[in-house]
Amino acid sequence: MDPENLRYTKEHEWVRVEGDTGTIGITFHAQKELGDIVYVDLPKPGTSIQQKTTIGSVESVKAVSDIYTPVSGEVVEVNGQLAESPEILNKDPYGSGWLVKIKLSEPDEAAKLLTAAEYQAYVGTESS
Amino acid sequence: MAPLPPLLKTTPLNAIHRRLGAKMIDFGGWDMPVQYASLLEEHHAVRQRVGLFDVSHMGEIEIRGKEALRLVNYLTTNDAARLVPGQVQYSGLLYEHGGFVDDILVHKVADEHYFLCVNASNQDKDYQHIVTHNQFDATVENAGSHYAQLAVQGPRALDTLQKLTPVPLAPIGYYHFVDGEVRGSPARIARTGYTGEDGFEVYLAPSGAAHLWDEILVAGAEFGIKPCGLGARNTLRLEAAMALYDHEIHASITPWEAGLGWIVRMDKGDFVGRTALAEQKERGVTRKLAGFEMTGRGIGRDGYEVCMDGAGAGWVTSGGPSPTLNKNVGMCYLPREQAETGRRIQVMVRGQAVDAVTVPTPFYKRTK
Repeated sequence: MDPENLRYTKEHEWVRVEGDTGTIGITFHAQKELGDIVYVDLPKPGTSIQQKTTIGSVESVKAVSDIYTPVSGEVVEVNGQLAESPEILNKDPYGSGWLVKIKLSEPDEAAKLLTAAEYQAYVGTESS
Repeated sequence: MAPLPPLLKTTPLNAIHRRLGAKMIDFGGWDMPVQYASLLEEHHAVRQRVGLFDVSHMGEIEIRGKEALRLVNYLTTNDAARLVPGQVQYSGLLYEHGGFVDDILVHKVADEHYFLCVNASNQDKDYQHIVTHNQFDATVENAGSHYAQLAVQGPRALDTLQKLTPVPLAPIGYYHFVDGEVRGSPARIARTGYTGEDGFEVYLAPSGAAHLWDEILVAGAEFGIKPCGLGARNTLRLEAAMALYDHEIHASITPWEAGLGWIVRMDKGDFVGRTALAEQKERGVTRKLAGFEMTGRGIGRDGYEVCMDGAGAGWVTSGGPSPTLNKNVGMCYLPREQAETGRRIQVMVRGQAVDAVTVPTPFYKRTK
């Protein structure tokens, strides 16, 4: 369910690294726990962000959840579709529901994050 | 070592909720479904068709005896003497200082029998409060465990429930009830609800609840019924601007402040809290509940601070997205003179001041 080619955090974000760019999103588990997502707050392109800091928030009808970036760098692109259609985060969290693209300043960071198997094991213990 | 999970109370439908895959939460000590598949779909089902809620966590208190009315009227803000058998009244239980013990529904069953529906987490507190003030020839019974309660709500609620009962439902007026039977089991059928839609609340013995739940879902299938959780119940009541205990009302809030003067009958004789209410009415309230709509990007939520002209002015009692109106709405306390509609306010959304404007309530009103 959680793609093998992504890296994950215990805060339920994922990152896909392609060259010097990282694409960030939230996991299937995260969107399921939140429920119907109605609002996404994201940083503007050009913003410098540090790993593990809050870069925005995702809100469902019931709850607010911070987004922590799994990697450091500069925001180069924001998923503008989410402003109009935040529900795509529920429908396709690993695809069209991506949040931001980052030009990585610390390319080694991603490799130290959780693999899909490690993340699944973590989610298993958290929800038991 | 892992801490032991808290011992939560369960309704007779707990196993059904889990089988339906509901997300369960600790709601005031009760293990309750917050949503099944999608809160939004559940919300829309109630507005457009029909939804079914397990509200068996709600408490019931029965008051009987020659002076049952005197006790009820001494403890509640509304005038229970105006009720006829089969009628329901929204009312308040107050402390001497005028703050809310709870908000309740008073059902008049007979001249010497009143049936109170109270908030789940307040049940024992309410019972103690009533017993403490019972200087009358009346008995008070904490009867929560004797009843399950199912709420069938939405424009097709009547069509759904009518298939299961010989009691003609159409003649039951809003805020009236009939004691009859549903699928052969004795039940109290009240035309009440907490959603802003037409609908019924059915009280019955816990042993029959699971069976009736299934029957209602089958009867409502042709109308597109959905089982609904407390999440949708909350967004629905917020759109209807109905008060929720511990949010709009609590021990430090009076009916005048909460905009609930219409459930207070100062002319009915003495009742607990009356003196404090009279004094406050004389002095004037300092704060009032107001509705608001976010105009900036952001969602004002329960507990967020409200500012006016850069200074703290109040707090959000309930707030969130309105699925029906597609706006972010809420209710908040503001200084009395600022609480009229059309005022620009700012809601502090996680450190950012986001613009909002005060608006009339309810946010949503059904067309009859």
